[in-house]
Amino acid sequence: MSDLTISRRGLLAGSALLLASTALPTIGFAQTPKKGGRLILAADSEPRNLNPAIVASNGVFFISSKIVETLAEASFDGKDGLEPRLALSWEGAADGLTVTFKLRDGVKWHDGKPFTSADVAFSALQIWKPLQNLGRTVFKDLEAVDTPDELTAVFKFAKPTPFQLIRNALPALSSVVPKHLYEVGKIEDNPANNAPVGTGPFKFAEYKAGQYYRLARNDAYWGKDEPYLDEIVYQVLPDRTSAAAALEAEEIQLAAFSAVPLADLDRISKVPGLKVITKGYEGLTYQLVVEINHRRKELADLKVRQAIAHAIDKDFVIKTIFLGYAAAATGPVPKNDPQFYTADVPTYAFDVAKANALLDEAGYKRADDGKRFALKLLPAPYFNETKQFGDYLRQALAAIGIDAEIVNNDSAAHIKAVYTDHAFDLAVGPPVFRGDPAISTTILVQSGIPDGVPFSNQGGYKNADLDALIIKASETLDTSARTELYKEFQKKVAADLPLINVAEWSFISVARDTVGNIANNPRWAVSNWADTYLAG
Amino acid sequence: MTRALALLHRRLVGSVFVLLIVVIGSFLLLEAAPGDAVDAYIVSTGGDAGMIELLRHRWGLDQSELTRLANYLWALLHLDLGQSVTFSRPIREIIFERLPTTLILMGSATALSFCLGSALGIYAGARPGSFRDRLLSIGSLALYAVPGFWLGLVLIVVFAVDLRWLPIGGIETIASAKTGLARAHDIATHLVLPVSALGFIYLALYLRMMRAGMAEAWRQDFVLAARARGLSRRRIVLAHVARNALLPLVTMLGLQSAQMLGGSVVIESVFAVPGLGRLAQEAVAGRDTPLLLGIILVSTVLVIIINLLVDLAYAVLDPRVGASEASA
Repeated sequence: MSDLTISRRGLLAGSALLLASTALPTIGFAQTPKKGGRLILAADSEPRNLNPAIVASNGVFFISSKIVETLAEASFDGKDGLEPRLALSWEGAADGLTVTFKLRDGVKWHDGKPFTSADVAFSALQIWKPLQNLGRTVFKDLEAVDTPDELTAVFKFAKPTPFQLIRNALPALSSVVPKHLYEVGKIEDNPANNAPVGTGPFKFAEYKAGQYYRLARNDAYWGKDEPYLDEIVYQVLPDRTSAAAALEAEEIQLAAFSAVPLADLDRISKVPGLKVITKGYEGLTYQLVVEINHRRKELADLKVRQAIAHAIDKDFVIKTIFLGYAAAATGPVPKNDPQFYTADVPTYAFDVAKANALLDEAGYKRADDGKRFALKLLPAPYFNETKQFGDYLRQALAAIGIDAEIVNNDSAAHIKAVYTDHAFDLAVGPPVFRGDPAISTTILVQSGIPDGVPFSNQGGYKNADLDALIIKASETLDTSARTELYKEFQKKVAADLPLINVAEWSFISVARDTVGNIANNPRWAVSNWADTYLAG
Repeated sequence: MTRALALLHRRLVGSVFVLLIVVIGSFLLLEAAPGDAVDAYIVSTGGDAGMIELLRHRWGLDQSELTRLANYLWALLHLDLGQSVTFSRPIREIIFERLPTTLILMGSATALSFCLGSALGIYAGARPGSFRDRLLSIGSLALYAVPGFWLGLVLIVVFAVDLRWLPIGGIETIASAKTGLARAHDIATHLVLPVSALGFIYLALYLRMMRAGMAEAWRQDFVLAARARGLSRRRIVLAHVARNALLPLVTMLGLQSAQMLGGSVVIESVFAVPGLGRLAQEAVAGRDTPLLLGIILVSTVLVIIINLLVDLAYAVLDPRVGASEASA
């Protein structure tokens, strides 16, 4: 597949522009990938643990996904949005108690030992289920993994588990690590966590703290003629402005994960030899959400929450804060999700008069100074955009007589204040949609979650109907029935507003024209880059 | 020489208390910051209650503050800086990996600002009130007022992006496998911009101090005497006026070394230099108490050593200093 370069505001324009841009002549150069070369790209952080089987997060995948592979990867055109990696096929039994994986033959670990079903069984039972941040939820009922032969792994669940969920979890949660290296000693202290060994197209070569990671070509990779690159070097550039400068100075060829700030994109897209790419992150959608503390009596009132929703001008947020690189949200599932999204939910048009009327109705009249009540607003500090939206929300609330005081914290303090201490009234958060609402989305509104769990319902919201629906969906095996339940879930959330979904966005890559096969799957930045190449 | 030794002895005894106060103070400060290492960690991973509890236990964060402080001090007594929670590596290793970089950066920048600053200060102070004096004074003040990161960015845009004379950042060409002289040259090239950014900001301090000291010295009787003796102007400027203005600058050099460590946090981030400043920032963001304490300890020792050297230099330069210690 050739590169698809979408210009500014690509995401905003949505499907219409997508159609139009696929009709454009393909932009670029030689279509046959060239072998060799060193790809240098910017990295903004240094994960402490590079084992993606333990830490399923984008920061880790960004580097490790080239070394350690999953059973399947996300795909634009594959069946169920997947394409095979270490598994060739996967099949769920009708009773939801078993899933059978047929594995790829002739795959070798980087140390030369053969990859077998025993590695899959070990990774699943010893790592994904007990240790992995996301796997602990998805694989909680995994009881055993049978290995009738070296290339078959049969997952056995204690309780019926929807196959759709397991399938959707494969790209992020199924990194397979070698049993022979991990079976001795404590898994958390294994040296391979910092120098991973996998089956992927690249081997871990070198890490210089504060400077770079270097990956080298795996000559024994199973993919025919792959990988094309000889080396991938991640240069650690902690300052976001320096990534743009390094691209311009041709010291690096790629900056993924929006390492170049949105405000610089317009300028940098005009630099000859550089391209701005908004594709390749469809599977990594972030949601801009207003988290609500329902312990505050004002916020426990649906009318107040509706008023806040009406007070937010989503178009303004997208145009001004995201500079067009985002889409307005309608509910807890993002629009670009191909399986679950429904537009058929209650919506809240920007309408200040209506918001004011709702607040009056709720009995919160304006005092003499024009204010109805005061709130504490905590914007998450992880992204520029979440901080900027905090500033915007303060003004939007002022227009309806709510006096919001912004409390700024760094990441650790914010996590503690919101999810452990509940010391907030409103918070701005960026939860991630991970391809299935059961992985990390329903937890945002479900009740009964212990204190201290980040990115979960810590606002004291409790809705028995919604809880019942979430449980029912988690037990429903039939894919279409399950999908319908999650559509119902979106409607209920949009109607009762346990939180307010404002926008959906993802990341932007900036690359030199010479980098080929960019953004050819929905999780490109965290996929294995076996087919990425450097032309010229 | 006994004068110097007595001074050294007194300072070393005092230093131990300084270190203890610094360690305990920093520990308490960091504990007072909301959120712990696990909170900082789960920002990028998420996780359920069981996983969080497991992590707190593994990292020893389920123990009381007092226990942790006592454990830390006990280990410190055995010269053990402990294990970093963010890097899962021994702290001594991490710090000594980065210390040389920071020392080179700091040392070069200090040398640049001190030498160039005092030279320009002499030039300006030779004729206080002249045109060149005013020009230099205003120019250096303007430089001093510029934020470090901005100066860094401007230097990057001009010399690395537009002219492409120098590399954008880092301490050496990444993964280049250079050795020996080639590597030294490579590192020197990479240091030009960060050293300039850091050095130029503090240059003003030395320049203005030298100039002010000289302006005052001109009014002293000994200058009049020197003039009366018919010494050349050049000799008066260098041997009498400038020399007398030099002492406060040496004091400043000692004080400045601590400031320079702080200033390098920003410059190290902008230029992606893997030094102690950036490490400290990461330690705070990650709530990595032992790592931050380790960095503070090493920096404190550094500052103490530098100030000790300054005091010794002082004792040599000015016979009045330390005389009381020697006789006591």
